[in-house]
Amino acid sequence: MTNHWVDIKNADLVLVMGGNAAEAHPCGFKWAIEAKKDRKAKLVTVDPRFTRSAAVSDYYAPLRAGSDIAFLGGVIHYLLANDKIHHDYVKHYSNAAFLINPGFKFEDGLFSGYNAEKRNYDKATWSYQLDKDGFAMVDESLQDPNCVFQLLKKHYSRYTPELVNKVTGTPKEQFLKVCEYIADTAAPDKTMTILYALGWTQHSKGSQNIRTMAIIQTLLGNMGMAGGGINALRGHANVQGITDMCTFGANLPGYLTCPTDADPDRKTYLEKRTPKPLRPGQMNFPQNYPKWFTSLCKAWYGNAATKENDFCYDWLPKLAGAQDTLAMFDRMHQGKMNGFVCQGFNPLASVSNKKKVGDALAKLKYLVVIDPLVTDTSEFWKPHGEFNEADPAKIATEVFRLPSTLFAEQTGSYTNSGRVIQWHWKAADGPGESRDDIDIVAGLFLKLKAMYAKDGGKFPDAIMGLTWAYRQPARPSPEELLQEISGKALGDVFDPKDATKVIVPAGQQIAGFAQLRDDGSTSCGNWIYGGCWSQAGNLTARRDNSDPSGLGQTLNWGFAWPANRRIIYNRASCDLSGKPWDPKRAVLRWTGTAWGGNDIPDMRPDAAPDQNVMPFIMTPEGVARLFAPGMAEGPFPEHYEPFETPLEKNPFSPNNPKTLSNPAARVYKADMEVFGKAKDFPYVCTTYRLVEHYHFWTKHSKLNAITQPEQFVEIGEELAKEKGIANGDKVKVRSNRGFIKAVAVVTKRIPTLMIDGRKTHTVGIPIHWGFKGLTKPGFITNTLTPYVGDANSQTPEYKAFLVNIEKA
Amino acid sequence: MQVTRRQFFKICSAGLGGSSIAMLGYSPTAALAEVRAFKLAKATETRNMCPYCSVSCGVLIYSTGDKSKNSKADIFHIEGDPDNPVSRGTLCPKGAGLLDMVKSPNRLKYPEVREPGSNEWKRISWDEAIERIAKHMKADRDANFVEKNDAGVTVNRWPTFGFLASSAAGNEAGYLGKKVLRGLGVIGIDTQARI
Repeated sequence: MTNHWVDIKNADLVLVMGGNAAEAHPCGFKWAIEAKKDRKAKLVTVDPRFTRSAAVSDYYAPLRAGSDIAFLGGVIHYLLANDKIHHDYVKHYSNAAFLINPGFKFEDGLFSGYNAEKRNYDKATWSYQLDKDGFAMVDESLQDPNCVFQLLKKHYSRYTPELVNKVTGTPKEQFLKVCEYIADTAAPDKTMTILYALGWTQHSKGSQNIRTMAIIQTLLGNMGMAGGGINALRGHANVQGITDMCTFGANLPGYLTCPTDADPDRKTYLEKRTPKPLRPGQMNFPQNYPKWFTSLCKAWYGNAATKENDFCYDWLPKLAGAQDTLAMFDRMHQGKMNGFVCQGFNPLASVSNKKKVGDALAKLKYLVVIDPLVTDTSEFWKPHGEFNEADPAKIATEVFRLPSTLFAEQTGSYTNSGRVIQWHWKAADGPGESRDDIDIVAGLFLKLKAMYAKDGGKFPDAIMGLTWAYRQPARPSPEELLQEISGKALGDVFDPKDATKVIVPAGQQIAGFAQLRDDGSTSCGNWIYGGCWSQAGNLTARRDNSDPSGLGQTLNWGFAWPANRRIIYNRASCDLSGKPWDPKRAVLRWTGTAWGGNDIPDMRPDAAPDQNVMPFIMTPEGVARLFAPGMAEGPFPEHYEPFETPLEKNPFSPNNPKTLSNPAARVYKADMEVFGKAKDFPYVCTTYRLVEHYHFWTKHSKLNAITQPEQFVEIGEELAKEKGIANGDKVKVRSNRGFIKAVAVVTKRIPTLMIDGRKTHTVGIPIHWGFKGLTKPGFITNTLTPYVGDANSQTPEYKAFLVNIEKA
Repeated sequence: MQVTRRQFFKICSAGLGGSSIAMLGYSPTAALAEVRAFKLAKATETRNMCPYCSVSCGVLIYSTGDKSKNSKADIFHIEGDPDNPVSRGTLCPKGAGLLDMVKSPNRLKYPEVREPGSNEWKRISWDEAIERIAKHMKADRDANFVEKNDAGVTVNRWPTFGFLASSAAGNEAGYLGKKVLRGLGVIGIDTQARI
């Protein structure tokens, strides 16, 4: 979330799309209800199902699963055609005025530079026109045909209400009604917040779903405002924190990127990642990258990391190939992996195409499952009737199952969706011989280290040299670890303006990432968490919930990254002169000498408005990107069909067979071959969650199992009638990858839509069942789902695919 | 009279001197016979968080014992933490079942192994589990570690091993896992966050 949970109450319009907060995040969703009650805010839900969020909304519009970009592109068209944008904001705070390379083209669903064989783009033409000093050129009149604003207008002029209706199935008047609600928040003192979740991410163009909304929020001037922003309602209680620690192949903590083979030395690595400002006078905050990276190397390699040896740059493994979940299981399926660890992760249930995942696990030499619960994955080798067919005698994988502890048995910090890091305390030991995840990882590492010390082996340097100054080496404490993450001065840190003045003496915790250095005098395990454990102590454990501003900022509750800032881009909540767009909800203002107010300024505190330092400090241009060349499939989001679609042509580019589905998505050949066709699998299927369950976890909890005991699928009344299925009948749902059986719930909640002139039915399947648990045994829903991910994030397309259904 | 939540519990418990109840016009003896001990009064209260969704609701966990060395804490009640500014004491139907999650009969209690081709689990000690896993990892790493690529660039990676990291673990466990994996040269790392 750019904003945070309580801030939802400050909105004038709450849009729920790509999620169902009332069921998936009930205690956060109450702030939407608060906005309705106290501010008379409107709540609007757009979803393939009439969800519980829809049930309490002021307005609901249906759409076909997988057609969000068509809908939102239509909204952009509406805003531009009806001049419902925040002009000053767009002109100054976005790249609307920037001139784009004249070679940039969009034709027949493809942007310039497409390589059909590699399924990717050469992005050379997706660039700004630069002047002789290397700065981007702009046309403040927004009239140049090559400026972003005109290109945007041209791109979305194709997204007419008629075409939107044809693709999404949303009745035209309902689509226009939603447009009107959204357009009202173009007023400088009105804001819309968007609450989305996996309903937007789990598509082959998930990132672009969100990008389209980012464009809308920028056009409306809703970024940085109280009650605005782009708000991802995330998964687990610490899914945000684990994302921030970047337990991904491609990243290092704090969203630094992993070196690759193309970065043979530290100098090359840093040069590529340290951008130059693209407009004069901008903060270009990523220019500090060398400080963050060097401080990380010092945190990990300590005294071994010196200037002379490039701070042990070579000790970091260099990334080769994709390392996301889908890529790893594909390599495993090819027999290219030997060992695998699943820590608090149940991939047999939660990754698409269960059969492929099960077959892949059977090719491993060893599998280690670290979990508090008996997961389905840990028993992938064991026959459980129809729910899991397996022949143990033929599976040679050695499987270890290690008991870990749960939240109640751990001390440490979780980071909520609003980026607030909060400390919690252990209440009791876990059952039996269960151990904390920290102790399990430490135990394994120390055993390996001892083996390398005794017997030697390949490249032991980084193992032997990894900093491990924990008081109990086998049990590093969460306190020690959070201090390491937050960072400290190893030598005296001096004031950059006065080299005689020590600002942090050696040995002290740093107060924030601004104190990090690239000369080895500081260490920091994750720069964005810098200062969360300062000399003042553990700021994540603060419990002062006072809220003097009334905006719900609670600046002394826990610690929000970055820098305890609660609303990111908050400088954009003021006009150029530093006055709040909405004085009633002022987040920040220029006081005459500094930025101040009800949040930590997202701006250099002394940057006077006349210096023209723009609010989006993490971009080298200082402004928000309506045109974003970083995306894999194009700088403007374009509608592509899901990989399994009821349509034969993409109505937005009907003459180009290459653009039916995302042309830049990675698809493995064998997976492409098992995509189903509409003639065999005529129904759109979407998977989702229920209020009574949490993923594949609460099926082990008795109370939850009682409230929602048995697997079911939802179908609309019209489809039920066509198929002769009655409420309560057992049905079989098939995709081209397998089948599940469950009880049918026939409901008015799933509308039948007219898509491209044809009646289209949707089948809805909750995900929570499996063959292990206290619920009735069920089929793993992901038996059905396609093995293809979003082109940018590789999040699988669980939300839109094709099935058939019949009475079992 | 200003009464904090904690004081309210104390007033409600049977241990009070009786003065406040006497003020209400009851005799302390009769009142003591009337007032049932509040079941959480002697519990140890621990502040924690619901591990399910990212609202990360505050919870209060009530356990037996006083956390002294020889008393074994046993969790018997979990409820919402009214001080938490986001959740304000609420829990949803998922979180309402937290105690049954902690007490689930499907909790793992001991390390186990399923040998190749076998159709059953076998309980083993932690020492044996760690030793056997570490041996597998070392053999795999030593056989498949790549120090330099074909172009002679130092790459120091171990491509045949993968790790899916928990999103339910704390930041500290996540960070340590990441640090150790990079120390070993692992590049195959992912987390539930992507899924």
